[in-house]
Amino acid sequence: MYKAKVNVTLRPSILDPKGKAAHHALQNLGISQVEKVRIGKFIELDINADSESAAKEIVETACAKLLANEVMEDFEIEINQ
Amino acid sequence: MATFGVIVFPGSNCDHDAYHAMKHVMNCEVKFLWHKDTDLTGIDFLIVPGGFSYGDYLRSGAIARFSPIMQEVVKFAEKGGPVMGICNGFQILLEASLIPGAMMHNHKLRFVCKNINMRCETTDSLFTSGLEKGQVFNIPVSHGEGNYFISDDGLKSLQDKDQVLFRYCDEVGNLTEEANFNGSIDNIAGITNDGRNVLGMMPHPERAMEKILGSEDGKPIFDSILNSLSIA
Repeated sequence: MYKAKVNVTLRPSILDPKGKAAHHALQNLGISQVEKVRIGKFIELDINADSESAAKEIVETACAKLLANEVMEDFEIEINQ
Repeated sequence: MATFGVIVFPGSNCDHDAYHAMKHVMNCEVKFLWHKDTDLTGIDFLIVPGGFSYGDYLRSGAIARFSPIMQEVVKFAEKGGPVMGICNGFQILLEASLIPGAMMHNHKLRFVCKNINMRCETTDSLFTSGLEKGQVFNIPVSHGEGNYFISDDGLKSLQDKDQVLFRYCDEVGNLTEEANFNGSIDNIAGITNDGRNVLGMMPHPERAMEKILGSEDGKPIFDSILNSLSIA
């Protein structure tokens, strides 16, 4: 059994209004050192696969087909045992 | 007379508006189609209605796109069958890649529920052939994720191929930034696919069918569709 951690983020060229709103709130809280906020999704998956590379392939398919919308999002995958 | 199919997903909430509009205002045959159905026999025109299919989990339309009926909708559209996605229906058609682009949260992060103005941009489609280019429609919107996005190349292609059917405008038809309440690229409110048989639009013409309910500006769009279907 492998565990996958997937980070789905908006493409850098795309405005992130949620991130901007959170950044604004942080400024209001006085945490002014924060210069930029981008908000994405974190997804955990348990995968039944024979090898790490097989697990990675499954997660890549899952991301491309469903978990991320590649028109506007990128994804990063980390696989652990 | 054409028979309309209105798809019902768990979480659809404009399915009955669409049914009422087609059945009682337009006097057409209409059938509800459950998301687990796979038989589109006898259906001439499909409406993918608004709502919050599957709770909008993950992204709006992302889960609905994999429901059994959507596989049939894709086949129907690829054979040239006319499909109209309204609001959440538009989001589902985008996720299913029947039309290009994606939806993001409204740029001001608010759910917007009000009447807006949109302008007909081309009469070259079965959905708009009975309208006038530049004609302004006052019809409702009701969405949180209607901020249409597409890459620069994709946008250019939409413009070059005359695929933008509706744009947000002010009451006299000017494309202003203020009128573009959700931040959509190029004021886009509705587009068609390359084959011009699939329409996705965020505004709700099916909720603007009778004066007593505030506006009947949606009716000319369905008149145009019926006229196109009777000629075809």
